[in-house]
Amino acid sequence: MTQPSHPMVKAEGVHKSFGAVEVLKGIDLQVNSGEVFCLIGPSGSGKSTFLRCINHLEKINAGRLYVDGELVGYRQKGDKLYELKDSEVALKRRDIGMVFQRFNLFPHMTAVENVMEAPVQVKGQNRGQARERAKELLARVGLGDKAGNYPSQLSGGQQQRVAIARALAMDPKLMLFDEPTSALDPELVGDVLDVMRDLAESGMTMVVVTHEMGFAREVGDSLVFMDDGVVVESGNPRDVLTNPQHERTQAFLSKVL
Amino acid sequence: MTVDVNKTDGPDATPPAGPEAIKAIPVRHPGRYVSAAVALALLGSVLYAFAQGNINWDAIPDYFFDDRIIDGVWNTLLLTVLSMVIGIVGGILLAVMRLSKNPVTSSIAWFYIWFFRGTPVLVQLFVWFNLGLVFEYINLGPIYKDYWSSFMTPLLTALLGLGLNEAAYMAEICRAGLLSVDEGQSEASHALGMSHTKTLRRIVIPQAMRVIVPPTGNEVINMLKTTSLVSAVQFADLFKEAQDIGQNAGSTVEMYFLAAAWYLIMTSILSVGQYYVERYYARGSSHSLPPTPLQRVKAAVLPTRRPKGVSA
Repeated sequence: MTQPSHPMVKAEGVHKSFGAVEVLKGIDLQVNSGEVFCLIGPSGSGKSTFLRCINHLEKINAGRLYVDGELVGYRQKGDKLYELKDSEVALKRRDIGMVFQRFNLFPHMTAVENVMEAPVQVKGQNRGQARERAKELLARVGLGDKAGNYPSQLSGGQQQRVAIARALAMDPKLMLFDEPTSALDPELVGDVLDVMRDLAESGMTMVVVTHEMGFAREVGDSLVFMDDGVVVESGNPRDVLTNPQHERTQAFLSKVL
Repeated sequence: MTVDVNKTDGPDATPPAGPEAIKAIPVRHPGRYVSAAVALALLGSVLYAFAQGNINWDAIPDYFFDDRIIDGVWNTLLLTVLSMVIGIVGGILLAVMRLSKNPVTSSIAWFYIWFFRGTPVLVQLFVWFNLGLVFEYINLGPIYKDYWSSFMTPLLTALLGLGLNEAAYMAEICRAGLLSVDEGQSEASHALGMSHTKTLRRIVIPQAMRVIVPPTGNEVINMLKTTSLVSAVQFADLFKEAQDIGQNAGSTVEMYFLAAAWYLIMTSILSVGQYYVERYYARGSSHSLPPTPLQRVKAAVLPTRRPKGVSA
């Protein structure tokens, strides 16, 4: 299931600035295929920005970022980089699912329409088949009976599970989670984490920005602690969380654990 | 609503078991009676003045369904619809231009809106009407060639004047609508691999419509009334027909009242249409929509299966 295989995400000295503010100051890391990779750190440390760089929602300023062996957002010919066209970027994004902190479900569509939208519009799937598949996915996240509901008729936890099903509908090889449980009431967090745990067990490669240390410890294969735009400490989640080496990691964990 | 739960078994359960209901003397509002009386007196005197005035009220029903008036009504509706189509299509185009990253297109759109919103529509109508002074001919190469004066019919003048002016207003309405959609929506759509065009068409515009439709309804109603200006460029709309009849039959004011009645009828019908279009685009935005008047009537007539509110 988790054979030691090729890197799914590889970052080499990734820099990102918003105007004069440098958010990422040289990130080097590697996410292996089939791995659950957790990113933790204080807010403003750049972990969400890094996640958004992976599917090119943000453009990096320096360094190299590879997904499944291919450069993100650029094509290299000789020693020159060419920006990819929007359509080429869109083509690559098909394989990368993303789940947002604020769910970002399409409010004018029902749950099942949300899930089948991209397969129909992007992959040109037949509506009937896409609907069947969407219903299966909704059942998989425990919402088989909510297919006809609009997002406003669902709780936050249910909306986030629909969002996960929506991302899975494109059969991604990589899933990005941007603080998926941060906007949820505490009693709804568990349902979403259960779905993510199932997904991890199925062998999906996942990059998870999270504040759920319990999830990171139980499910995570690797963990990175980021602060102020750099990777401070990384390793096995159980080691890092129980026995942090760096004092910034220790200070952060003493506050959140 | 003081239902006595404990003593409903007896048919004559008159003595209430709970605390005695308050029986207080309500506050009096003598001022309300005075202001109502004053308002009614003023209204009455205005009505009396009109009834006494030198107005031949019988002329209105005589001409209400006159062929010329009905033609005018159709022309007014046609002009309203066509001008709004030009306005909406142009408005969407201008809004997308203004929001584009290309500085040339966005400046052109800005300039267009500045000009057409900044000058009176009546002036614009006259400019179109008299453009023959600038262009003697219209020459589209082998396709079309004619004198400007015979090319620029009253209908075309009216359409250009009203439609191009409306596009400037619609552009601002559409822009506000597009900007009102949360950025997370297009991000989510892009993250799924959808193109810019698909994102705009499938995700952003349907949500923007909720913001765009109500002011557009106002614009339609406004447009219906503004079409009366085109009588100045000889287009035979409702107002011009009513005016012409009035001048020939010697009942000028009567025909103005007749036109006003027709305009009221048309705007009222449009308001109802607007209500239902707004409901359509509000779907998914709230847990349940209030019942429509028709549903309320049904609910009152059939009290047994009264809906608790219609789910979206």
